[in-house]
Amino acid sequence: MNTDPLLTVTDFSVVYDVDPPVEAVSDVSFTLHRGEILGLAGESGCGKTSLAYGVQRLLRPPAVIPSGHAVFHDESGEDVDIAALSESEMRRFRWDKASMVFQGAMNALNPVTKIGKQLGDVFETHRPGMSRAERTRECGELLDLVGVGRERLRSYPHELSGGMRQRVMIAMALALKPQLMIMDEPTTALDVLVQREILQQISELRTQFGFSVIFITHDLPLLLEISDRIAVMRQGRIVELDTAWNIYHHAQHEYTRTLLGSFPSLTGERGGFVRGRGDDVSAGAGAAGGGVR
Amino acid sequence: MRFFLRRTAFYLFTAWAAITINFFLPRMMKGDPVSAYLAKNQGKVSPEAAASLRTLFGLDEDRSLFQQYLDYWGLMLHGDLGRSFSKGLAPVGDVIAVALPWTLGLVGIATILSFFLGSSIGAVVGWRRGSAADAVVPVATFMSTVPYFWMGLIAIAVFSSALGWFPASHAYSKGASPEWSWEFAWDVVQHGTLPALTIVVASLGGWVLGMRNMLITVLDEDYVTVAQAKGLSPRRVLSGYASRNAVLPQLSSFALSLGFIVGGTLVMELVFSYPGVGKLLLDATNAKDYPLMQGLFLVITLSVLVANILADVAHAALDPRTRMTEA
Amino acid sequence: MTTLEFRHVSKRYTVRGAGDLLALDDVTFTLTSGRTIALVGQSGSGKSTIAKILTQLERATSGAILLDGAPVPRRGRALRRYRQQVRMVFQDPFASLNPYHTIRHHLERPLLLDHVVPKDEVDDEVHRLLDRVHLDAAVVDRRPHELSGGQRQRVAIARALASRPSLLVADEPVSMLDVSIRLGVLNLLAELQHASNLGVLYITHDLATARHFSDEIMVLHHGRVVEHGAADDVILDPQHPYTRALRDASPNPEVHFSGAGPAADASRSRP
Repeated sequence: MNTDPLLTVTDFSVVYDVDPPVEAVSDVSFTLHRGEILGLAGESGCGKTSLAYGVQRLLRPPAVIPSGHAVFHDESGEDVDIAALSESEMRRFRWDKASMVFQGAMNALNPVTKIGKQLGDVFETHRPGMSRAERTRECGELLDLVGVGRERLRSYPHELSGGMRQRVMIAMALALKPQLMIMDEPTTALDVLVQREILQQISELRTQFGFSVIFITHDLPLLLEISDRIAVMRQGRIVELDTAWNIYHHAQHEYTRTLLGSFPSLTGERGGFVRGRGDDVSAGAGAAGGGVR
Repeated sequence: MRFFLRRTAFYLFTAWAAITINFFLPRMMKGDPVSAYLAKNQGKVSPEAAASLRTLFGLDEDRSLFQQYLDYWGLMLHGDLGRSFSKGLAPVGDVIAVALPWTLGLVGIATILSFFLGSSIGAVVGWRRGSAADAVVPVATFMSTVPYFWMGLIAIAVFSSALGWFPASHAYSKGASPEWSWEFAWDVVQHGTLPALTIVVASLGGWVLGMRNMLITVLDEDYVTVAQAKGLSPRRVLSGYASRNAVLPQLSSFALSLGFIVGGTLVMELVFSYPGVGKLLLDATNAKDYPLMQGLFLVITLSVLVANILADVAHAALDPRTRMTEA
Repeated sequence: MTTLEFRHVSKRYTVRGAGDLLALDDVTFTLTSGRTIALVGQSGSGKSTIAKILTQLERATSGAILLDGAPVPRRGRALRRYRQQVRMVFQDPFASLNPYHTIRHHLERPLLLDHVVPKDEVDDEVHRLLDRVHLDAAVVDRRPHELSGGQRQRVAIARALASRPSLLVADEPVSMLDVSIRLGVLNLLAELQHASNLGVLYITHDLATARHFSDEIMVLHHGRVVEHGAADDVILDPQHPYTRALRDASPNPEVHFSGAGPAADASRSRP
């Protein structure tokens, strides 16, 4: 695996300035390698989404970034301090260098505009030199690439199934061939069969185009299968960051072990619980720390 | 296509229902407003006029109900709404036709202007929430609660009496007669500016607030975040993504307000002595001019219907999801 | 011992303008006290329809539903009694509790409505129910929004148990909960089932928990039962291609890692 750094995040923090203030992300540091799939695992409230949005400056008030750096090492050799970019520079950076696939494509597509137009306005904004014919051709190719088919350029979002909408989101994120794709629970709402297809697709595209992926989800078994490395987050901090293999076989942190134990094995031995025993094993396997959650 | 056919059938049915109810109303009223008048003015009323009045008001009991109904439809299709008692027995249709353009023109243009201006301001204010633009909100709220007649009178006092910029009343200068000429058109515009402006100012606040609130709701939607993440310019996000969706519910309100145009802005017409439909209705009521009143009710009903059709069409054009659910 | 039988049940919905939708097609199974059946299916498979029919929120178009051999009543007191016997736990812990009322109210209602215990014992019974689901007694005067998702789901389970049912339908009971507390709630259901000899229908899309939590698994696909057998058999040796596809598509790190890297070491870091 290539260890060339693509993104270096140092001491990154995100605070929600409410009363009392909420520290969503606390001093997080990690390095993303070029072409790597980094899984970001954690439960709701652990800060993984705030971290992903924060690094791209997509957070809205009352979220504040009190400290930390995110440096993007462009393939041209230039180092870009994302926080230092101006508004218009940031807009140019967006989607071109790093794009995002959002959760629940239910609502992530504009319901009143055609798919083709939503794909197209990326080109209109970032590649103003393209003619309309070129744009249409490019958008059609993108849809073919993800398996939706170019005939869907003229469809509206509500005419597509959930799986197809998610593929459209992936096509859209791929449009400018970015170097980094951040995916926030991209397959959570989908059927397990569709999920497998989409994951395969992402893998193939990664091999073809060489981009890095930060894959955010709570589904640890899924991450174990597709990630090169996994970062486990809890209460705003990364508690463990290691290769998928190591995490599966030698998880160091207790929380990682708890999380692993929450997913009973499909075909192997029974995991965190045994039926019919009658004794309460929930305190051991389930809840982290005493008490009932 | 099925969507449109379904809607058209629905509206035709509603129109038929409105006209039929109009047929039954006088027949369900106690007493009879027309016989006395006819008796008093026997010489002045022509036989056809008397016949149509009888049909319209259910006095032709010598004929079967079904026959009455057919006669009634005959009148409707000829545009014969009877004769106006208070306007010297002129055909009601003609009387309304004189007043209608003034109302439609002035109030129509003012309402449309107010909607577009208000929605645009509201969109910008909603987009810039948290900034100085928020000061618009209390101003808009205030404007939407000010009593119209007071605003109208102040406007006349300031802009007409004191500054002399605009005439104080009527649709055109005394002595001028309506004609298609630039001078007349200019005269109309001069007379119409103040009433129109006051209507716009009075209703602006409601549109601003409505659009602002819708926009704030829409801004929380995922597709707006996606649009921003794509690096689109703020203007593009506002127009293509946020406003396009926020305006949809506003359209329904707009349709309703279009319907009320023909009802006329009575207060405005009183303050400015503007010869519109509202004033006509008020005068008819005071004079107990039943044919005119009934004719006006029918016209108002039908125009609300037309307004609804227009709003439906606009909604279907702007929101592709409606076409699917209705079909 | 109570049994609930579904015999050749079909459910047809008529959608205006789009023809008929066959949500269930000839579904047959038997739910017995003391045993858990998992109903596995993806969205649109018909599993929610089965849940709705079981709780009499919908009527089957054809087929029979028998409780202890007798057809399930359609109205009146007999239906009330059926509803006491067959209870449901819903998927969404946020939506199934009324935000306006305290937990005490939520638990008292079924007790009072079904006259489970005499009025003066209701308070004690409420505390007993909370104890059974391992919730602190202090919870009783709080409102749903003050509790976590896991706690709310436990309240929902307690409420379902209030009328002392013999059969429990759990419709995706943990899919909206945080990962690390899911097992806790499932363990609770297992424990309660054992203690009260409940029959449980566990509806889920997750094969792994279905296997571990149930005696039998039924796989539903487009309204038809394509496979039905002992839990381990269905997962480890599936007969139907759809079941096989489901199993192969589910994330399975064990299989994934068994070929890659150094020889599989016995020291698996699992509790």
